[in-house]
Amino acid sequence: MSGASRLPEGPHVGGVPHNDDGVPEPGEMGGIPRGPEAPASRPPVVHALRDAGLAALVALGLFVPLVGLRTDVGPSGGGLILRTRWADVAILVGIVFAGRLAMNLWSSLRPAGRPRTARRTAQIARIGTFVAPLFLGFAVLMPLLPWTTRYGLDLGVLVLTYVMLGWGLNIVVGLAGLLDLGYVAFYAVGAYTYALLSTTYGLSFWVCLPLAGIFAAFAGMLLGFPVLRLRGDYLAIVTLAFGEIIRVVLLNWVSLTGGPNGISGIPRPSFFGLSFSAGGGPGSFADFFGLEPSPTHRAVFLYYLILVLALLTNWVTLRLRRQPLGRAWEALREDEIACRALGINVTNTKLTAFAIGAMFGGFAGAFFATRQAFVSPESFTFIESAIILAIVVLGGLGSQLGVAIAALVLIGGFEAFRDFEEYRMLVFGAAMVVIMVWRPRGLVSSRKPSVALGERKAISGDLVGEGHG
Amino acid sequence: MAYALQQLINGVALGMIYGLIAVGYTMVYGIIGMINFAHGDIFMVGAFVSLISFVLLSTGGWAAGPGAVLLVLLISMAITALYGWSVERIAYRPLRGSFRLAPLISAIGMSIVLQNFVQVSQGARAKPIEPVIRGSVELWHGNGFSVSVSTMQIVIVVVTLAVLAVFTWLVTSTKLGRAMRACEQDRKMAGLLGIDTDRTISITFVIGAALAAVAGTLYLLRYGLADFFMGFIVGVKAFTAAVLGGVGSLPGALLGGLLIGLIETLWSAYAGQDMFLLRELNPAYKDVAAFAILIATLIFLPSGLLGRAEVEKV
Repeated sequence: MSGASRLPEGPHVGGVPHNDDGVPEPGEMGGIPRGPEAPASRPPVVHALRDAGLAALVALGLFVPLVGLRTDVGPSGGGLILRTRWADVAILVGIVFAGRLAMNLWSSLRPAGRPRTARRTAQIARIGTFVAPLFLGFAVLMPLLPWTTRYGLDLGVLVLTYVMLGWGLNIVVGLAGLLDLGYVAFYAVGAYTYALLSTTYGLSFWVCLPLAGIFAAFAGMLLGFPVLRLRGDYLAIVTLAFGEIIRVVLLNWVSLTGGPNGISGIPRPSFFGLSFSAGGGPGSFADFFGLEPSPTHRAVFLYYLILVLALLTNWVTLRLRRQPLGRAWEALREDEIACRALGINVTNTKLTAFAIGAMFGGFAGAFFATRQAFVSPESFTFIESAIILAIVVLGGLGSQLGVAIAALVLIGGFEAFRDFEEYRMLVFGAAMVVIMVWRPRGLVSSRKPSVALGERKAISGDLVGEGHG
Repeated sequence: MAYALQQLINGVALGMIYGLIAVGYTMVYGIIGMINFAHGDIFMVGAFVSLISFVLLSTGGWAAGPGAVLLVLLISMAITALYGWSVERIAYRPLRGSFRLAPLISAIGMSIVLQNFVQVSQGARAKPIEPVIRGSVELWHGNGFSVSVSTMQIVIVVVTLAVLAVFTWLVTSTKLGRAMRACEQDRKMAGLLGIDTDRTISITFVIGAALAAVAGTLYLLRYGLADFFMGFIVGVKAFTAAVLGGVGSLPGALLGGLLIGLIETLWSAYAGQDMFLLRELNPAYKDVAAFAILIATLIFLPSGLLGRAEVEKV
């Protein structure tokens, strides 16, 4: 076994909507047809039962050691002791059996699926044009609504931070098609830039914000240069390594970053020089406008700040998409070789995608630092990158509205299930797999070309092949 | 000198483990052209299954001896192979023919699922076990230093070489191996010629997972600890090893693993010592060293040490 052969996955193969519309996949030519329709003679119910039984058997093998036998450190602190949990195993196996049976019966009863038409995609896009202003209106008015609590406001800030990060990463992944698993590194660079500049030199938030963006963009270029030649999976792994390097350096460069203790006492932003100090007092926001001093003012201010930053990201993205640079990104996503043949400067196009995506990550990082007043390497682990990537992927690569909805659903869901701390990451990972299997283009999978010759047509994302990552 | 020799021995033992995992990455990349991001976590599952089996056997009262270790190894390989098969069946097979990034994203999801599944089912604390294989052989002794090989290190080297020998035989001399190589070269054509490609890919995952289980068991025996997060960093290092050796090349995977193991061990042994430029280095950066090697290899030597250059086709 030597020499990795690249698989023939041209646009035509890559774009075939798979599984449920009768188009044969490459693998199906191999012989045994699989799935519930395998032996034609046997009634579907029997086959479904048999298949579900096999699935249950596999599940039994999977769950008996890891769920059935729980190891715990013994009370004396010595060796491990075992606890058996056969009831849990039985429940899990039962769930797998029932689920598999239901799936089999459903697919044998359901009429053959129709391929998604361009019309349906266009309908979704049309709904989007109504939904987007509604969302925006709600986002703007949210803090003013009488029933909005402090908790709701904080949650809104959190969701908007992820919306902004999602939109920033969308430039790199969704538009330019470069899979970046280390996006959190730029977030970290932005956060530490503000934290260090403000605590060391006493610079204000408004001075540091652009600096954080510039530093992050510079980090993006730094990452971009060496990885220019890499594609797809390799690019993803290198960006992951880059993210980890940044985190390990932050963790170990104690003299600069404080190591695992992080940096605390980061100043809060002011509103044109008016501070949001708790007690009011001269020169504070409450004093100037003659309001009762309240901690809610700062929360509302932070909310609008991140809303403006997120909308700025969105606006810049939408404008850039209409310019030659944005068009080059989208062309690069579809086919790099064709791009090169058409004289697009691939190097510059990739670097700008990395730099601009990173810049918005840096802005979000500076905001994060000022909101928390504390940064530590713990906030910038790989799982953060995975969450941001999941937002972009679930929302539909390249779709601005989809990313916003996905951020709302994911982060809102995380908060709603806060009591099930252990299980929510499990569900999160499963959701990533399910979405990829069920709707690989994400929830809002329309892909409208930003620029088209003549009539503008929306095409389903499922019908477009991807050249390479 | 004795110190260096000792570190060299430690590095080789660690490198063997990386090599075993790297083979799994390289095989899967060769056959379906994707990075099996969850492979590191399959290694972690293997370590946990061994841990549970050891505890089970020791409560039964017969945990000592080579027979017990062999039994645990077999149990772990069987269960972990089942995990490997299930991961492929659930997360990757439905995505054949989907766009290129879909399987990778699905793999990241699967990695998160496996980690958190083990965290939920076995708890977040690191689990220690008593050393099973003890003793060591002293090779050299002199002025204060002694160079010794522990029995465990000998076991690691012997088991790894034996497993890889069987595996090489499987790939080069059996019908299954021929089918695997055929799928690697051209999956569509292999399918047209009557090879059940789906089954071949499944078997590839099963074998990769079994090798990862061996690595997991050896790692557990050597370091005596298992926790749900151990697969991530070991996985990235093993992947680095696969890339360094040349993705798709089996001897390359072992070579890459040995190099990464040596570099990591020597880095922790010598960084920060009062010699030449070494005092500028920080032992805490040993993971950074592995990542830096990964990036440097991909930039300067994209086909690795023993790999073949990839031809770009339109």
